[in-house]
Amino acid sequence: MEAGDAVAQLVREEGTRVLATLVRVTGSIDLAEEATQDAVVRALESWPRVGVPDNPRGWLTVTAKRRAIDLIRRESRRPEKEAAAVSMIEPVPEPPEVVRDDLLRLVFTCCHPSLATETQVALALRTLGGLSTAEVARGLLVSEATMTKRLTRAKQKIAQARIPYRVPPADELPDRLSGVAATVYLIFNEGYAAGTGSELARVPLTAEAIRLARLLVVLMPDEPTALGLLALLLLQDSRRATRVDEAGRVVLLADQDRSRWDERAIKEGVELVGTGLRRTSSRPNAYVVEAAIAACHALAPSYDATDWDAVISWYDVLLTIRDSPVARLNRAAAIAERDGPSEGLAIVDAIDGLAAYPWWHATRAELLHRLNQPEAARDAYDRALALDLSRPQADHLRRRLSELG
Amino acid sequence: MPKYVALTYTADVDWSDPQYADQMKDWIEFGEAAKAVIRGGDALYPTATATTVRTSGKGGEVISSDGPYAETKEALTGFYLLECADLDEAIQTAAKIPAAWTGAVEVRPVIDFGS
Repeated sequence: MEAGDAVAQLVREEGTRVLATLVRVTGSIDLAEEATQDAVVRALESWPRVGVPDNPRGWLTVTAKRRAIDLIRRESRRPEKEAAAVSMIEPVPEPPEVVRDDLLRLVFTCCHPSLATETQVALALRTLGGLSTAEVARGLLVSEATMTKRLTRAKQKIAQARIPYRVPPADELPDRLSGVAATVYLIFNEGYAAGTGSELARVPLTAEAIRLARLLVVLMPDEPTALGLLALLLLQDSRRATRVDEAGRVVLLADQDRSRWDERAIKEGVELVGTGLRRTSSRPNAYVVEAAIAACHALAPSYDATDWDAVISWYDVLLTIRDSPVARLNRAAAIAERDGPSEGLAIVDAIDGLAAYPWWHATRAELLHRLNQPEAARDAYDRALALDLSRPQADHLRRRLSELG
Repeated sequence: MPKYVALTYTADVDWSDPQYADQMKDWIEFGEAAKAVIRGGDALYPTATATTVRTSGKGGEVISSDGPYAETKEALTGFYLLECADLDEAIQTAAKIPAAWTGAVEVRPVIDFGS
């Protein structure tokens, strides 16, 4: 069983790379998917019996290429493509640099800005993550038919509008990379917060996002965005086991059992923050800074011993590079911990544009609660509860509300 | 190379009116700058001049009605035919069309029935 799992894992890892190469060689995601899928099935059948070949990726690539040629030959109307297909029978597998570039091309194509965000998320999970359409559908809580349609349309657009299979030029790379990072972060958040669902954390999507972020670091080891993103996801995920109790209730950061935080994830995350900061030239990177804030929490021996000065100054840095009402709200919460609830509340009240954000109301409610203003706190809890929250989060607010008496 | 149509959506104005002469400079500049990829295109009179035509089936009675099919804040006021290497080049070109600055440009790939 374990050997089979290892084979499955290897096939999945290599399958993504083989797919990326096949997309380049055949110029079609559909064709590449079908050919790669065929090679993957054959590998899963034969490797557990006869053993894994010395060069698994080479084996998969050659098998997939042969299958692609068969598929093209069947479509007899395409002599041009067939000629191209025949010329690609290169039994020698691609050198690692080429495979790396192929994978980068696939990353940037799946996260092309001309595709809707939800489409990018689905494509990234399907092609880069190697999940089946059914798994992607389940992860994103849509029906398999809807997901099939979404993926088909996306692949059609890539083919018909000629979205290039290319790594963007240097001057566009930072913008495009932050688009990729945003997509991966969205996948993580989808799994972490689970929107309005009843489970707080759907493990597979957070694991998939971390896997994708890790892939970005492997592909672009010097890019602060990639380093910061992986660090941020690892540090947030390190608290996963303690975010809810056995009864499914939310446990706040202040009350979490820090001995159960994932030390390995924290260690890796903190190291990545260090690397990310060293790779940052003049302007700090937003993901690295957010990860630095997460690291402050991860390294604090207890909530009371949190270095709030450090947290607040990282938020100050963050606001200079990516000012947002939500970042201001989080900074205000840290100020409240350091300087007291009334100082925090003054800042929270001064933030515009968060009336539809439940956590703005929830933060106000919490601070008013601490300031012993039950009427105003009750009103703020009610407003938060009227907005979109996952059930455990809403339950938590209702508990706090009931404690007001 | 693939072709794209860039449909320009702007305020529903009459580009032939002299008051737009100043703005036309920007369009002429774009036309010069993008000469290498522009294969055609024109500005259109405002939607008030439009006639929507339908027939009751093939060869049926012609039913013409005044105005565009749908009224929107920004109207279709022109188009370009572009020949670009890929969508990225088409997007880069479309971003330089003055309509993109205040209105919008819709980029659509053209079907090549020849292949």
